[in-house]
Amino acid sequence: MKQLLILGAGTAGTMMLNKLSRALDPKDWQLTIIDKDPNHIYQPGLLFIPFGMYSVDDIIKPKSDFFPGKAKVIFSEMKVIKPVKQQVELENGDILHYDFLILATGSEIRPDEIEGMTEDLWRKSIFDFYTIEGAVALQNYLDKWEGGKMVINIAEMPIKCPVAPLEFTFLADDYFRKKGIREKVEISFVTPLDAAFTKPIAARELGGFLKNRGVKVVTDFNIGRVDNEEKKIVSWDEREVDFDLLVTIPTNMGNDVIKRSGMGDELNFVPTDKHTLQSKEWPNIFVIGDATDLPSSKAGSVAHFESEILFENLMAAINGEELSASFDGHANCFIESGDGKGLLIDFNYDTEPLPGKFPIPKVGPFSLLKETRMNHLGKLGFKWVYWNLLLKGKDLPMESSMSMAGKVFPEEIPA
Amino acid sequence: MTTEKIADRQIEFDEDGFLANREDWTEELAQELAYMEDVGQLTDKHWKVIRFMQAEYDEKGDAPSIRKLNKESGVSTKELYQLFPKGPAKKAAKIAGLPKPKGCI
Repeated sequence: MKQLLILGAGTAGTMMLNKLSRALDPKDWQLTIIDKDPNHIYQPGLLFIPFGMYSVDDIIKPKSDFFPGKAKVIFSEMKVIKPVKQQVELENGDILHYDFLILATGSEIRPDEIEGMTEDLWRKSIFDFYTIEGAVALQNYLDKWEGGKMVINIAEMPIKCPVAPLEFTFLADDYFRKKGIREKVEISFVTPLDAAFTKPIAARELGGFLKNRGVKVVTDFNIGRVDNEEKKIVSWDEREVDFDLLVTIPTNMGNDVIKRSGMGDELNFVPTDKHTLQSKEWPNIFVIGDATDLPSSKAGSVAHFESEILFENLMAAINGEELSASFDGHANCFIESGDGKGLLIDFNYDTEPLPGKFPIPKVGPFSLLKETRMNHLGKLGFKWVYWNLLLKGKDLPMESSMSMAGKVFPEEIPA
Repeated sequence: MTTEKIADRQIEFDEDGFLANREDWTEELAQELAYMEDVGQLTDKHWKVIRFMQAEYDEKGDAPSIRKLNKESGVSTKELYQLFPKGPAKKAAKIAGLPKPKGCI
């Protein structure tokens, strides 16, 4: 019996398990998935928790609801991966052998990487919204908050879902407005990037959104430490921003098992071929989702598009064929802009987000890089798609490669 | 794309203001770029960072992040900001004759 092991049962690992369990003959292949946590979190929903738009129950389901019957499931921490021996050792010392390994070990926030972040003010005046605990604590805080200086700070790139900090800012503006305290809140968006976003056309559009909402933008700010006594963040070049409420998007890093196994870069992300999704070092290891070091977004849509490429290439590798499927960096993200509206962006390694209609040219129903109600409805509707189709590895009406159809180059593109 | 005359040579820069052709890079040009970037006279420490960045770029195809510099070049983040004020990753890449580091998204 041959062994195929998947490490990590988040979005990417669960999708791969479902796809492979339909394709591989159970007489020849044992499929095993390992994860420490029995609960699956719908991560796009975390954004809505601080504003009371979703409750915790809306975004958690047991992982077992999404596993196919034939797969072996182990809930355990992983101690170490030994690629030379083709083994994975679990916390209790059990050793699992593999013929092929899929790393879907994700990324997580590491506030402990920033001096002073997890000290006195942590979860008192400093919150994250990338964990259930952080998002709920922030909701409780915002519920009672009467105003002051709110600072949204991205510590360093790359981060999971790079549009989430912008969405959080738009939703916060809307939330304070509806609560009637917007004029009592000073919002600052503090980023290490040189603009609101990395890609020029989208950065111009989204930067305009921040300006229209009266948000102060501080760019090129690389946080060095948090001063808990004076309630300020200080950059490495000694610039300071005061806060009453700090919403941090901390450093994102890959799982520590990658570090313990000596398989990652300085952020514990695994060096991966950006087109084939094969590990650069080990031909029988494939990497998917946030765990890779790919120059693409760390987002569920990316993991979804990758899953189709990885499935084809893994099947080719199993059959001793050449890896012919090539990932293009495709990402597709709804961006909540507040007041029941949203944007949609669609892009890849080579093409930045452009305006237009999606998925049907000139028709839509979604509008690219433009604020509409339909885009907001699309974002809300996606939760159903995620639980019922995406995780189960079913086909969605979207191509894994990005299409230029329906996209329009704006007349003035910055040189 | 812009062209500037530096030390009697016509040097081309890309849309981000970084050297368009790596072949144009010389140690003398690096020093001129350092003056233009308000980095001043390059010291051994500066050169250590510049050489590390070039080696990383040749190996990986992208300039290293500050985190990587801190971890692997033997120069701490604090020192990097003293050596290349306001954005060491970008400034050191520019002086090293490399393209603007790709900010991942």
